Amino acid sequence: MKATAKRALDAASGHGATYADARAVAMRNRSLTTKNGRLGHASESESLGIGVRVIADGAWGFAASADLSRASVEAAAARAVEIAKASARVKRENVRLAPEPAAVAEWTTPYKIDPFSTSVEENLDLLLKVDAEMRAVGGVTLSETGMNFQREESWFLSSEGADIHQTKYSTGAGYTAYAFAGAEIQKRSYPNSFGGQWQNRGYELIEEMKLLENARRVAEETVALHHAEQCPEGTATIILDGSQLGLQIHESIGHPIELDRVLGMEANFAGTSFLTLEKLGRLRYGSELVNVVADARQEHGPGLGTFAYDDEGVAAQSTPIITNGRFTGYLSSRETAHTIGATRSGGTLRAEGWNRLPMIRMTNVSILPGEKPLSLEQLIAATDDGIYMETNKSWSIDDKRYNFQFGCEIAWEIKHGKRVRMLKNPSYSGITTEFWNSMDAICSREEWTLWGTPNCGKGQPQQVVGTGHGASPARFRNVRVGSAYKGS
Amino acid sequence: MLTQEQAADIFDRIRRFSSADEVEAIFNGSRFALTRFANNAIHQNVEEENSVVSIRTNFGGRTARSTANQFDDESLRRAVAASESLARVQEPDPDLLPMPTASEADVCEPSEKAAGGGARSTRAFTARFFEETATITPSDRAEVVGHIVSVADRHHLTTAGIYSTSESREGIFNSGGLARWHQQTLAEISITMLAADSSGWQKLNSPDVRNLDARRLAETAAQKAVESAHPREIAPGKYTVILEPAAVLDIVGFMFWDYSGVAILDQRSFLNDRIGTQLFGKNINISDDVAHPLQAGSPFDGEGMRRQRVPLVENGIVRRVVYARATAKKMRNSEYANRVGPIEPTGHGFPLPNEVGEMPMNIVFASPEAVSEKPQTVEEMIASTERGVLVTRLWYIREVDPYEKIVTGMTRDGTFLVENGKVQCGLRNFRFNESLISMLSKVEAMSVPVRACGEESFDMVVPAMKVGEFNFTEATKF
Repeated sequence: MKATAKRALDAASGHGATYADARAVAMRNRSLTTKNGRLGHASESESLGIGVRVIADGAWGFAASADLSRASVEAAAARAVEIAKASARVKRENVRLAPEPAAVAEWTTPYKIDPFSTSVEENLDLLLKVDAEMRAVGGVTLSETGMNFQREESWFLSSEGADIHQTKYSTGAGYTAYAFAGAEIQKRSYPNSFGGQWQNRGYELIEEMKLLENARRVAEETVALHHAEQCPEGTATIILDGSQLGLQIHESIGHPIELDRVLGMEANFAGTSFLTLEKLGRLRYGSELVNVVADARQEHGPGLGTFAYDDEGVAAQSTPIITNGRFTGYLSSRETAHTIGATRSGGTLRAEGWNRLPMIRMTNVSILPGEKPLSLEQLIAATDDGIYMETNKSWSIDDKRYNFQFGCEIAWEIKHGKRVRMLKNPSYSGITTEFWNSMDAICSREEWTLWGTPNCGKGQPQQVVGTGHGASPARFRNVRVGSAYKGS
Repeated sequence: MLTQEQAADIFDRIRRFSSADEVEAIFNGSRFALTRFANNAIHQNVEEENSVVSIRTNFGGRTARSTANQFDDESLRRAVAASESLARVQEPDPDLLPMPTASEADVCEPSEKAAGGGARSTRAFTARFFEETATITPSDRAEVVGHIVSVADRHHLTTAGIYSTSESREGIFNSGGLARWHQQTLAEISITMLAADSSGWQKLNSPDVRNLDARRLAETAAQKAVESAHPREIAPGKYTVILEPAAVLDIVGFMFWDYSGVAILDQRSFLNDRIGTQLFGKNINISDDVAHPLQAGSPFDGEGMRRQRVPLVENGIVRRVVYARATAKKMRNSEYANRVGPIEPTGHGFPLPNEVGEMPMNIVFASPEAVSEKPQTVEEMIASTERGVLVTRLWYIREVDPYEKIVTGMTRDGTFLVENGKVQCGLRNFRFNESLISMLSKVEAMSVPVRACGEESFDMVVPAMKVGEFNFTEATKF
């Protein structure tokens, strides 16, 4: 595969590229689901191809092909140069790349059990047991489970001499119970909604998630929601569980710090960002307790944003994003680093596959846990009047990432340090910086989990990649709640 | 690009490599190119070519799928083996039907002949492949982007957007003799114009690139950006809104997953216990019609069944939902059989095996003339509005409540205050929380439906709508 990539580089150079990189990628996926005790779908897929990215006449071009024959690869490289020259007809300035040492490296996701070495029977047996456990609860009208594995092997070569071979594994699983009664559909998911929990690990993640042990409780909560009170509308103290806080980070910190958004490159689709360049180092993003990093290194954990090198050959790094509440860093690339005065890319460029152009993506954008020991139960016990919300149900935020609204699957009212009653249809909303400045407590390391968001969409054509978000439960004051149902 | 003959040859080899009772292969191939611009310059410019075969094997009611994009014998053998090994370990599914034959896939159900309510054969299928689109070059796209940038420069605006062209092939073959093939082209332009504190947007696509007028789209987007400058903030609340077609498309798209037999059987549809009731206003008529001249897409579904025209909503009453073959059979034997209208395969199934069954994806809203109402242009809607909000597009829409069909989202790229029959000024954007049931019961006027495209839902034929008491719950900072 290296020879194929090298051939692409030579062809691009021969056609006039002043820079070129080639990524050959082999992907393998397994996807299994069940529904109401039966198989939902079972599929395996493989995809192999090469993408060639070039600069010619000071502008970008990219072409990709699944055909790895010599003629096709050379044609793709020539096409990339032709496209770059067309790009140059409508340019303002030449592309500038921040310098980066040409890395020569091999790396594989650390794992204990290769997920593809496990049998489909074993996978389905677990899912069907979980499914049965949920359906054993009267009132459950629909049960769904799912399990996914992915292996991505890539060869990255550049005209600057980079030669990087990486193999990444990711694993995910989760389930949801639904209950329809009267004029209401309620649901509960575990360990997270919209696909469950995902990490860059092997099958050991599945074994550690206690999927079966939690199925009955989750199903019982689903049915119990029909008898719960509606979440009130007004202003309240709220506590968010780690998975919901992870999504809150994703939407109201992770996306606005993408430098391509800030620079207007995503204005037509994903939007721009309120974090204009003059705010770097100056903006009070959150309270003193808010410390956020973008960390792609293995030592941060096996998140979906963990790797050794990004898709333009830049080594994984940790960037302080919010430091004691102050905004301190963006997600950057070789092309954009100079706009913030950086001499090196932050190493965040990633592509969905061989056929997509890499772009700035969140790595693992995580809030650091509190330094003082604090469990979730201790946090609840220390809250006189509030609402504890768990597991995302809906999410929406404006195109500059100011105004957000999240719905959760379940909540409990807290009075005098105790959960006193279940609440259904909880939601909260606010303005990003006001919200993060209202955080007055965060649980410590024991409650911290590196959550995976496998479905982050961005770009045109749209690319879906996985991102990681470490979080522990946290408390926020004076938050608007219940407006999702206001007036309806 | 993969041809039908090459696909047939690949399918022959797949059949030889498989020991399954039945085999099916779905082919998808495309050559796709997209030129992306921002800050008045092209900053991304891509092209890809890929073809994929998705193989389904069936052993006595046990079925699974495997996908590959390499067509040498070794890759195909591996894909066949993966599908077979996934299928073999399952319990038989009593609801799984044998793969359809060519004649079954073309047959229309008896109710087609019945008056009203039944699915009907598709009309003559207009051409959806245009050489003029397929032969667009990177240089052609750059030239068009140059025109768009010149419009931005003239208005002292910054522009961002895309111009894409594609040629795609889709085919399905099965061991029962079914063979279907479809090819089409698509060209798409999306333009955002940005001013210091405002923006405007336009988007359009068509199989025929000659239907896209980039300069006109750019001028309209620029006009919106200029006219919404220095936006005012007004209090959230219930307002009369005029939703342009892209805004209608993106919000109503969130209900069509529920027009599915499987969604009813799973009790996850907002139509459970509501089919046959007056759910929307009497001026709402919706069908699914792949053959509509403004629609795009292939004439067959994930099993190769011919897509039929299905009247979903008539005079505000939901009459029926769509069905894959197995779903129709299951529904006939269910407790819902007498409460869901006509039950028959309609050619809307997704490739098997899947959890969601089927969905209508060629939505066509009828002209208000269908209920003897005169269509109104957006300008006429504005002229008849004492106080309201004109909305260009909606953004980041998500479902809040699945049964009341409450969805939330934001306005974006051109939100205006209308007073005394005129657009007065731009407005800061709102968050809405609105029930689609409620919204479609308050439609006061509609335009002639057009082909529209947005970012939250699939392309549809929809009108602009004037809607009373639309529920804005918060405002944002811009």
